[in-house]
Amino acid sequence: MGRTTAEKIFAAHLRDEPFPGTKVLDLDRVLCHEITTPVAIADLEWRGKDRVYDNTKIKAVIDHVTPAKDSKTALQAKILRDWSRRHDIKDFFDVGRNGVCHALFPEKGYIRPGFTAIMGDSHTCTHGAFGAFAAGVGTTDLEVGILKGVCAFREPKTIRINLTGNLQPGVYAKDVILFVIGELGVNGATDRVLEFHGPVVEAMSMDARMTLCNMAIEAGGTCGICQPDMVTVDYLWPFIEDEFANKEAALEEYSQWCADADADYDKILEYDVTSLVPHVTFGYKPDCVKPASEMSETKIDQVYIGTCTNGRIEDLRQAAEVLQGRKIADSLRGIVSPATPKIFQEALSEGLIQIFMDAGFCVTNPTCGACLGMSNGVLAEGEACASTSNRNFNGRMGKGGTVHLMSPATAAATAITGVITDARSL
Amino acid sequence: MKKTFGGPAIVLDRSDINTDEIIPAKYLTEVTKEALKPYCLEDLKLEGFDANGEVLKKARVVVTRENFGCGSSREHAPWVFEVNDIHTVIAESYARIFRQNMFNCGMLAIELPKSDIDALMLEKDANGAIDIQVQLQEQKVVAKGNGQEMSFVFEISPFDKALVEAGGWVEYADARY
Repeated sequence: MGRTTAEKIFAAHLRDEPFPGTKVLDLDRVLCHEITTPVAIADLEWRGKDRVYDNTKIKAVIDHVTPAKDSKTALQAKILRDWSRRHDIKDFFDVGRNGVCHALFPEKGYIRPGFTAIMGDSHTCTHGAFGAFAAGVGTTDLEVGILKGVCAFREPKTIRINLTGNLQPGVYAKDVILFVIGELGVNGATDRVLEFHGPVVEAMSMDARMTLCNMAIEAGGTCGICQPDMVTVDYLWPFIEDEFANKEAALEEYSQWCADADADYDKILEYDVTSLVPHVTFGYKPDCVKPASEMSETKIDQVYIGTCTNGRIEDLRQAAEVLQGRKIADSLRGIVSPATPKIFQEALSEGLIQIFMDAGFCVTNPTCGACLGMSNGVLAEGEACASTSNRNFNGRMGKGGTVHLMSPATAAATAITGVITDARSL
Repeated sequence: MKKTFGGPAIVLDRSDINTDEIIPAKYLTEVTKEALKPYCLEDLKLEGFDANGEVLKKARVVVTRENFGCGSSREHAPWVFEVNDIHTVIAESYARIFRQNMFNCGMLAIELPKSDIDALMLEKDANGAIDIQVQLQEQKVVAKGNGQEMSFVFEISPFDKALVEAGGWVEYADARY
């Protein structure tokens, strides 16, 4: 019997199996941010175990609230900063060099096919786009990861999702994953890995694949995984060119992590996306989705473009294409937050920032900020936000506020009209 | 440190209660568990629920439905229960990260089938209050309402049980790896 990508990675990283079904894995990456790490650091200090298992495998960033908005967030940043210095963690990203973790760490080439990674952040599943097993964990798992370089998992079963057909112009990875979550439900993939296959995924860039994998957790999934291919190699090439004679050699090496043809799946689902239209969420759960065109009565107070789901350069290009030569509606405000400094600079040099500003958008520094109602665009009671983020929970972006999830193109179109709008209708 | 389990229960009769409802993100700027104490379930959207009420204040057990603790990975959700002396959650099912976080803290995330949760909730409705005892070794939940006693057997993986007995994952991992 063949194996899935997750099964191959589990087998290659198995440190211990203390009980049948419980696998303790060696970790290639332990990723840290300033919200969930400080309590782990404090606990390690309290235990007299202020150590790190490998300071080259630990990466840290201040991203959720940055620059600090008050004394409390300044303290969180300081705890992470001091700890990174104390342990000589070279890959620590402070204000000015920092960005949203799930955009910044891939951009630095830290995640490779076959890797294991954890982070105290549920959207760590994003990194599976590289053919890695990456899972969000709590602070205790993070603490043990920092100290021992291991994490325990129930070996997840895998749901294979075959995406066939062709995406129509104006329909994006975000629309695909919103549709898939609508099909699976918010706990349809609990204790499962979502393994994405098919020509639609093969045609996707790494940016689009990260959008796809980012929202696996919204169906309860442990990780979203794409198969490593030449797109993966091309993306990573600047970081791996010294390791391989050529790209073909890298591809051959990475292909070992591709699922076997006869792998055993929990379920195999196939969706032809040819007739898929732009989707948005309604209500307070990410599986409440419908076509954007059916939501055109919904008035919006704020449009937010950014986050670990859709704050990458392609996302900004898609939004800017809709906004070019247009103004946002007087009835709302628009906020765009490029996810990393590199993306910000690319957007500047491509003229995208100019388009956003001409349209009337506020451009903020890279940060998670408003996505979870912490800073940079929190909603007031009764307000509605059209957002390219990943969660529409009640009050997520501010107590009493409503969030509608959508693609950057749909968000941009909505900014122009003031109501939820399918960009293709403009 | 090993925990104690059981006591008066609060019933949250809704599925998909997420970690933003258990502890809103604006409190994630705290760097100690104790500071979270006043904010338990502050944003929970549920008819009849009062985040400042006596029922929650006295509760030592939460009884709820499917997919409890979905959303963010924040361990602040189990912590806000921990600092309010709620060490046991009984639900039809959990989101993976929340469930693991509970066991990692040496606390119990017990799964019971829908029929058992229905029975617990009916008992609560009939009596206004319900007291739950947890027998970890026997893997048994014993519920007492108004005189009538009900007991339910639950499954727990040997690993999760070992975490509870060790007092949490840090203790377990430190002794072993």
